Amino acid sequence: MKTNTIKNKHYFNKNRVSENIMRLLFFIAALTSVGAVLLICIFLFGNGIPAMAEIGIFKFLTGVQWSPTNVPPSFGILPMILGSIYTTAGAIVVGVPVGILTAVYMARFCDKRIYKCLKPAVELLAGIPSIVYGFFGMTVMVPLVRSFFGVNGSTMLTASVLLGIMILPTIINISESAIRAVPESYYEGALALGASKERSVFFVILPAAKSGVFASVILGTGRAIGETMAVIMVAGNQPRMPQGLLRGVRTMTANIVQEMGYAAGLHREALIATGVVLFVFILIINLSFSLLKRRDK
Amino acid sequence: MEKKFEITDLNLWYDAFQALKNINIEIPKNNVTAFIGPSGCGKSTFLKTLNRMNDLVEGCKINGKILLDGEDVYGDIDVNALRKRVGMVFQKPNPFPMSIYDNVAFGPRTHGKRSKHALDEIVETALKNAAIWDEVKDRLKKSALSLSGGQQQRICIARALAVSPDVILMDEPTSALDPISTSKIEDLIFDLKEKYSIIIVTHNMQQAARISDLTAFFLLGELIETGDTDKIFSMPKNKKTEDYITGRFG
Amino acid sequence: MSKFLKLLRKKWFDWLLKIALRLAAVLTIGVLFIIVGYILIRGIPTLEASMFAFKFNSDNQSMFPALISTVIITLISLVLAVPLGVFSAIYLVEYAKRGNKAVGVIRVTAETLSGIPSIVYGLFGFLFFVIFMKWGNSVLAGSFTLAIMILPLIMRTTEEALKSVPDSFREGSFGLGAGRLRTVFRIVLPSAMPGILAGVILGIGRIVGETAALLYTAGTVAQIPSGLNVFTGDVFWQDSARTLSVHMYSLYREGLYIDKMYGTAVILLLLVIVLNTVSTFIAKKLTKK
Repeated sequence: MKTNTIKNKHYFNKNRVSENIMRLLFFIAALTSVGAVLLICIFLFGNGIPAMAEIGIFKFLTGVQWSPTNVPPSFGILPMILGSIYTTAGAIVVGVPVGILTAVYMARFCDKRIYKCLKPAVELLAGIPSIVYGFFGMTVMVPLVRSFFGVNGSTMLTASVLLGIMILPTIINISESAIRAVPESYYEGALALGASKERSVFFVILPAAKSGVFASVILGTGRAIGETMAVIMVAGNQPRMPQGLLRGVRTMTANIVQEMGYAAGLHREALIATGVVLFVFILIINLSFSLLKRRDK
Repeated sequence: MEKKFEITDLNLWYDAFQALKNINIEIPKNNVTAFIGPSGCGKSTFLKTLNRMNDLVEGCKINGKILLDGEDVYGDIDVNALRKRVGMVFQKPNPFPMSIYDNVAFGPRTHGKRSKHALDEIVETALKNAAIWDEVKDRLKKSALSLSGGQQQRICIARALAVSPDVILMDEPTSALDPISTSKIEDLIFDLKEKYSIIIVTHNMQQAARISDLTAFFLLGELIETGDTDKIFSMPKNKKTEDYITGRFG
Repeated sequence: MSKFLKLLRKKWFDWLLKIALRLAAVLTIGVLFIIVGYILIRGIPTLEASMFAFKFNSDNQSMFPALISTVIITLISLVLAVPLGVFSAIYLVEYAKRGNKAVGVIRVTAETLSGIPSIVYGLFGFLFFVIFMKWGNSVLAGSFTLAIMILPLIMRTTEEALKSVPDSFREGSFGLGAGRLRTVFRIVLPSAMPGILAGVILGIGRIVGETAALLYTAGTVAQIPSGLNVFTGDVFWQDSARTLSVHMYSLYREGLYIDKMYGTAVILLLLVIVLNTVSTFIAKKLTKK
């Protein structure tokens, strides 16, 4: 009988031990993201919720007055909540049509040469730091709005347009891959019925890709509502109820960054609580995104 | 004839689907055994139970016994040692994206061979035994992916030989190759059986007839008939075998 | 309804769509050109040697220390995030079995992480690393915060890269008696390397462009973090430091240095353009193979 048996010679075979140790290590690494989310929740909620309780949740969320340094102070963040919602809505109005049309063009219409220019352009648009976007907004868009409408240029409109530009890459990239994922046969079927290329794409392919396109809009919304630096530089940041497109506005993100530097005590906790509200918005957006993706499958 | 594998009452399920039903067969040493049958009959699945490649398929359940030289393959064994002894060549040539030399040396290195001198020797012998040494000896450092399909498959055979197995499993090794490469590999199989026990799954009945000593015919997860290749092809006992090899279905 | 259909049948509708599509694409690319062009054209003339002076002072507002800090913070963040992200992806792709409940949880949390805005990371980093861990405003607090921020990105790109490695490589390796570990490190990872690298470069881009997550974690000190005090055991990563983006924001807050902002914006843009080009180049190599 030969000696090369396949029997497990030692239970604590060296290979087996290192395999198991590494498997455990990989598993622990994979758990870091779980741990991170838990820690983020614990520390944000743990610091924000007591503040909300102290201020009064209702007063905090629906109060229209934010004057943390007054005596007595008042901590109403409704202006900022609405500010975030309005500017985000504006960004969607600006960014979504252009983004989806560009995605359709890239996925179905443009030839390879143009695509080779467009794709890196979109990637670069995604890579530009938000502080640079903000700077561009501040030096170009704000004066433009000022001279065009005769108002102080730092307005909700300026912020919305800038955010609309910033969410373009998110919308384009995700919509494009959704449109590309539609089976070619749909398109050919429509063409065979005598529909023009444009019409086939818009009435057959786009509807078939609608959940992916919708997902891109949701992600774009998340990006817009969470954007901070660019908004600060163009929105005016007045902590009062939004008063129209051509007036200044403050978002939740701006509220945090603007005042965190010097805030103390309840004021600081109220800013963290603002972060909690923002976080909840984001969680809802994320949740609807995953639900949409799941339904898609 | 000395037995290499001894399989008794083997059943295999993929989740709820039973892919193998009550397989009983003995596979002799230093012979070429061919598994034939229409696609989906379980012949590849069965082949992969012999070196436990099915472990990688999720939802795969097995019962029954497979003995390799008297040791239970599904008992308390070192799977890596098993696969070292039972080498495998796949349907599509799958050289790793590295040099020819590193491809062949991957196995010996895995099993602890480090010395450059010993590796050089193993690589050369393996490539010679796989009848490809003359074609590649001047470009051992070149990527294996730069070779033709037939050459790649022989590199894969060399790679399997380099760990000095006693059994080589071949899963339709020529189905992705042209006729000339196919005949080279068939010649090679004929030479290899002196040292190794070879089990080959094939779609091609002429191939089975040409190269194998024994043939086993599978149908719908069952082993219908097994015996000497000459007998199976000239006077099959089972009607289904006859129908298949005379081309009535499959 | 029939009226609507008639309308659709008219040729002009096709033309309208055609124009709208091209207009949108032109707008997208136009916006990019305007932003990049404007900043380069206005910014490059403002660059002068004093902006790259080794020491920062209120006259030169040098961005050189910020450049060094950016490199340091990027490196520490990568050292933390890349192994974690790559290992996580290895677990998800190579080890986790179908129906493993942990996998679902890990995927959901990674997805959640990737949606969290940077200001929320900044708040968390401030509360956890700066205050709770008592690290103060420091390079380390900033780097840890950014590491968590780019973790989901590294995970996702690595996962995709691992999934794109053909199973036949794995089978070949297992078939030779190699264990899973050796298969992963010798066969799968090398083949997935370009994809992983492209992800890492994207991560660098995010770190370089990040401001909100750093303001209250790494802080805004304008000098090179170099504290090395034998007596207190102070190391450079315990110093506060500002990256280029934070430098730019600080200039904005001061409100006096528009020219310096242009200069910093030029350098930031150039960095991002270089990173993007390298990443595209690697991705192209990947698809060629």
